[in-house]
Amino acid sequence: MLFSVQVEVSLREGVADPQGATIERSLPHLGFDGVKGVRVGKSIRFDLEAADQAAAEAEVADLCQRFLTNPVIEDSVITVTEGASA
Amino acid sequence: MAPRVGVVQFPGSNCELDALEAVRLLGGDAEILWHGDATVNGVDAVIVPGGFAHGDYLRPGAIARFSPAMTAVAEFAKSGGPVVGICNGFQVLTEAGLLPGALQKNRGLKFLCTTVELRVDSTDSVLTSEASLGDVLRVPINHFEGNYTCSPETLAELQANEQIVLRYVTNPNGSMDDIAGICNVERNVVGLMPHPERAVSDLLGSQDGVPLLRSLLLQAAASA
Repeated sequence: MLFSVQVEVSLREGVADPQGATIERSLPHLGFDGVKGVRVGKSIRFDLEAADQAAAEAEVADLCQRFLTNPVIEDSVITVTEGASA
Repeated sequence: MAPRVGVVQFPGSNCELDALEAVRLLGGDAEILWHGDATVNGVDAVIVPGGFAHGDYLRPGAIARFSPAMTAVAEFAKSGGPVVGICNGFQVLTEAGLLPGALQKNRGLKFLCTTVELRVDSTDSVLTSEASLGDVLRVPINHFEGNYTCSPETLAELQANEQIVLRYVTNPNGSMDDIAGICNVERNVVGLMPHPERAVSDLLGSQDGVPLLRSLLLQAAASA
């Protein structure tokens, strides 16, 4: 079966985010007030062939742990849905 | 016989020739270790050089750590062989799990290309044995992601074991505890962001990298 996978990678709670901090600092200069807590991450999408939903999720969890994220500084949120991603 | 130092070359490495030249200048034999070959070729020490291995895609070092050469380097390190990662090489060693922590984008999001002062805070490592405790060395840095970070527990361990071998006198990048270079618990693997191989001659503006690389060569000779 084919599954569509989305992995949202973000810096772990408590890890300084220089990109987020820079964006947040620059927003008032552009006239955007009241924005707080900017955090920058990345989104990775792909299709995966797997036996079933559980197998797909296990495969993606392993892939995230070993390659797509650096667990020292990053967390991930994984979404696996049946069918190809358009 | 002169000690043999292998310098790993990935697609995107750009400091490997400087490292070869510096080792030769100090009397060692140096050779390239191709990333696709799963061997360290019987060398006595390994340098993982600076650059942008695999374009730094995903994260610096994230792809390079899966190179066949890195499997061989990890085995070499586990058997006690001296391994030094410089700049991108430091990032590769943390991604490979040979050193703790990670290197984040610099505070201030600036690519830094300048000469900094480093203080030697431990002489018990393969890269600092020939330096003197408290020595201040002028060595270039050249990086965007040199902001060392780790968990509070890991930092406490690094401090307790005196694994922080080099600190910045003035922190340029937001690195935790002013960390410029660390070693593993066994002290045979060292990673640092500054470039000692670019500070081996007055023509380059500084010779302060010499005691560091000489330490590595002596370790290499001892394990030859």
